Amino acid sequence: MADDLKTPLLDELEKGPWPSFVTDIKSCADKSEMCRDLLGQLEKSYEDKRGYWKHGGLVGVMGYGGGVIGRYSALPEEFPGVSHFHTVRVNQPSGWFYTTSALREILDIWEEHGSGLTNMHGSTGDMVLLGTRTEELEPIFRALTEKGWDLGGSGSDLRTPSCCVGPARCENACFDTLAVTYDLTKSYQDELHRPMFNYKYKIKASGCPNDCTAAIARSDMGLIGIWKDDIKVDQAKFAEFVDKGMDIQGAVVDLCPTSCISVDGKEITIDNSNCVKCMHCINRLPGALAVGDDKGFAVTLGAKAPIVEGALFGSVIIPFMKCEDNDFEELHDLIERIWEFWDEYGTARERIGEFIERISLATFLEGVGLEASPKMVKAPRDNPYIFYEEYYEEEGASASEE
Amino acid sequence: MATEAKRVTDIGPPHYDQFLHPMIKANYGKWEVHGSIKPGVLSHTGPAGTIYTVRCASPRLVSINFLRNIMDLADKYSDGYFRFTSRNNVEFLLEKSENIDPLIEDLNAMGTLVGGTNNAISNVVHTQGWVHCHSAATDASGLVKAVMDELAEYFTSEKLPHKLRVAVACCLNMCGAVHASDIAILGLHRTPPRIDNNTLPNQCEIPTTVASCPNNAIRPTSIEGKTTVKVDEDKCMYCGNCFTVCPAMPLADPLNDGVSIWVGGKISNARTEPMFTKLAIPYLPNNPPRWPEVTSAVKNIVELYADNARPFERVGEWINRIGWEKFFDITGIEFTKYHLDDFRHAGTTYRRSLHNRY
Repeated sequence: MADDLKTPLLDELEKGPWPSFVTDIKSCADKSEMCRDLLGQLEKSYEDKRGYWKHGGLVGVMGYGGGVIGRYSALPEEFPGVSHFHTVRVNQPSGWFYTTSALREILDIWEEHGSGLTNMHGSTGDMVLLGTRTEELEPIFRALTEKGWDLGGSGSDLRTPSCCVGPARCENACFDTLAVTYDLTKSYQDELHRPMFNYKYKIKASGCPNDCTAAIARSDMGLIGIWKDDIKVDQAKFAEFVDKGMDIQGAVVDLCPTSCISVDGKEITIDNSNCVKCMHCINRLPGALAVGDDKGFAVTLGAKAPIVEGALFGSVIIPFMKCEDNDFEELHDLIERIWEFWDEYGTARERIGEFIERISLATFLEGVGLEASPKMVKAPRDNPYIFYEEYYEEEGASASEE
Repeated sequence: MATEAKRVTDIGPPHYDQFLHPMIKANYGKWEVHGSIKPGVLSHTGPAGTIYTVRCASPRLVSINFLRNIMDLADKYSDGYFRFTSRNNVEFLLEKSENIDPLIEDLNAMGTLVGGTNNAISNVVHTQGWVHCHSAATDASGLVKAVMDELAEYFTSEKLPHKLRVAVACCLNMCGAVHASDIAILGLHRTPPRIDNNTLPNQCEIPTTVASCPNNAIRPTSIEGKTTVKVDEDKCMYCGNCFTVCPAMPLADPLNDGVSIWVGGKISNARTEPMFTKLAIPYLPNNPPRWPEVTSAVKNIVELYADNARPFERVGEWINRIGWEKFFDITGIEFTKYHLDDFRHAGTTYRRSLHNRY
């Protein structure tokens, strides 16, 4: 590393067992003024306990409104290497699977045109190329598309959908999370690259209720795998767990949230009519218990972090949908109805979850053409202020209907 | 006009199929069972055979050098196939079980750790912090490094009652969506925005700025003939919504910015429903480079959880069983007025029963 750069505070973060991002950035500092000045500015942040980045800035590639986050140093004279330090979001492959040959191509592009630093991956799922100059954006974009890659989303658009490992390496996957993610990303390129929504719209696909992508907490629209029929039981494999001395009562039976498991010797019985598909017993007994055969996914809407009106979890809007043979037309139709209604009646910077809270779930369901179901609520309302829409009129007038 | 390749747009990502290991392709959708070989090593088996996964830690903020080292090992041990998890761990996908131990040795030699599976702390999901963000109240990468240096043994072992998910976000925007983690470390601002009345009229749209405030604390005003805004500071909760739409309202305040600790969130539906994190510690000082107050607070909670929770209880399930009063009691964390919610739906957190422990 360059001798003139002194980073005594950051150097403290080179100690200890966890891999050090400081050591890693330093490994690039000899070749890259950007990395060197990033370390310099970060050291100053550590001294002064504040960041030194300016508020965004509109930069991007021609014809796209998203995918690049403009970033400029507030101290460009002191740290000219990071006077521009833009982020490029690159759409990750479904499930974050790579071959070394493919990722090496991206890294070569990034070594030539940027800082050489990345986030693998960003919170939404994109590959994040961290730190480049405005004049490099178009060349990066050309080089990436030449190798078959494209940019992700940013701003008020569809953000890059992401998914769990799904059927690629998990026996619990109730639907093809990789296929749906690829399908939606390809189908909605315009919505992804040209921000036209009220605010951002994130989609995450998790193959089962373990929800490894945190769809229930982090996606405006969550697709979470679920099944309707019985948990599949292999009694012989269950007996092996008993024979190995596993505390079946403590680790499985007592932890079932609806008390629907009973065990008699080496035989397990599940009252499937009361099972809420929580996954605990299946997680504990791999091979002996498995998700059923009638598989699909639930659709949740509305999860988000606190900005603006507070954090929300998603809530169930479609309890069960099945896309046979990865034909996602029904899902497309739902998504487009939701976007159309949100576009028409939502306000600026209003996420879909806040929109539903404002206009009410009942109004939203009507707007997108769905029927109310007890699977959409924890309980019916407990307040009596009901907006009735049907009532009788006197003198033989027929019931009024909308 | 210069002759160059036609500019291509809207192609989307490459198809994932080309990145799948042949064993994964052969078992795609047909997996039967998974097993745990040892911390950081899993097996998945289907009709076509078994694939072994070796999981290692990553700082997430990684350079081409780190990634090329990882890929050299993927070429050497896993036929060039590897992936990342939703928590940014790196996973090598091995067909030969005899490659597991040499790979782990090489990973340790390059300075990373193998683990993060089952009843462990997995990689820490986090945000950009002072490395890249304009609204960060603290650094994220540095906090993660400092905390995980203290907790590394819980990454490389599976000795916790259940999995433990730690996340860091450097301001209330929560790009790391820490609001459903077992333990969340959240940077926060604690003073109202400082308005730059010289630049605001040119940089910001007044109606958008006024509308951005969830507490209606921002009003238009006129100073020396220029339209700008003023903030009712009693109503300001330092959320940063205004700064998001108006650069002339920065919140950074080195004297007052700091870190809060939140506990008990979960995503999974296993046993109990998903839960939000709840406030444990409202403020700890920003103390780089190693944030000793934060690391010791987090370690205290992790160790008490390890000692007191029952098998397969997540942090939130453990606290719900013993009660919040006991949580504050045994952790020695002071319960203050700041723990009482006062935003939307605050009432849902008030004790509306006599179910207290005495």
